[in-house]
Amino acid sequence: MKKHPLFVALTAALLALTGFEGCSLSPTTVKAASLKPDSDRRLAPEFTLKDSDGKLVHLSDYRGKVVLLDFWATWCGPCRIEIPSFIDMQRKYKDRGFEVLGISMDDEGWEVVKPFLAEVGVNYRVLMGNDPTSQLYGGVDALPTTFLIDRDGKIAAVYVSLHSRKDFEDGVEELLRSPALHASIAGAK
Amino acid sequence: MVWKSCCGLLLCMPLLLAQSSGHLNLGQLHSVAGKRGDALEARIPMTVDAGFHVNSNKPNEDYLIPIKLTWTSTGALEAGEIAYPKPSLEKYAFTDKPLSVLTGSFEVVAHFKVAGNAPAGPGVAAGKLKYQACNSSTCFPPKTIDVTLPYSVQ
Repeated sequence: MKKHPLFVALTAALLALTGFEGCSLSPTTVKAASLKPDSDRRLAPEFTLKDSDGKLVHLSDYRGKVVLLDFWATWCGPCRIEIPSFIDMQRKYKDRGFEVLGISMDDEGWEVVKPFLAEVGVNYRVLMGNDPTSQLYGGVDALPTTFLIDRDGKIAAVYVSLHSRKDFEDGVEELLRSPALHASIAGAK
Repeated sequence: MVWKSCCGLLLCMPLLLAQSSGHLNLGQLHSVAGKRGDALEARIPMTVDAGFHVNSNKPNEDYLIPIKLTWTSTGALEAGEIAYPKPSLEKYAFTDKPLSVLTGSFEVVAHFKVAGNAPAGPGVAAGKLKYQACNSSTCFPPKTIDVTLPYSVQ
């Protein structure tokens, strides 16, 4: 049956408004706390952001490690409550090739972020985020939104909203047990 | 059949657009009217989406962003006190103590005085409402929306 062009246009508009984004990285469409199968994982978009010392940090600097990428803000209560777990996990898993990377979405910048990092004793790197980076990750709007990235730089899980430490640790442990695919191939050559 | 579906989609549009406004929706503002020197009161209705809250104008944690109405131009009106509704104290999983929040439908009341030299006729006061919404496990970036209040000097 041939569809009327207006019907097609309105359907597209409706889907856009309701947040349907097909196979994009939108966190609204990928809520599962469990890890995606390797075949479903997509490369985490590359970004370059500054840390609190003004140093440029690229996501690709972390290739070969399991990365917990946390979009957060100081004004976000659920984000703040997760941070002590991330501090513990950074301490617990760092030697096994794990890193937490925070991306602050505070409009006020380091002026509000640095005092908070000092207050809670954040022991991992925090970067100052921006809208383009947020858009790369599907337009992160709801905070906290946390991406778990495997050793090959692929997104293995997306956690939208407040999650328990166990949710994150289960995913991290599983990823740490898996060697990087490209590393094992390279090693076999 | 096709046209029925189109009409259904069109009917859904306003609702969908309203929902995309950041979990707080501004109601219709009614025009206020008065003579030179009169005190006026404008009631600004708003509704927070079910399951969500916005911080009150005096949140009980320093890091929270309060709701705040600021007039940017008031024309022939002199802006006075802005009265915010009484907040409720709600406990959430992400806090140790209850937070001072606004939920559901409420009104912010803005007080004005008509200027002594105000010209007779209609005008518009313009302002910005800043707020920040959360639900029990997620927060959304602070938003600033326009508030437009029509008035008439008699």
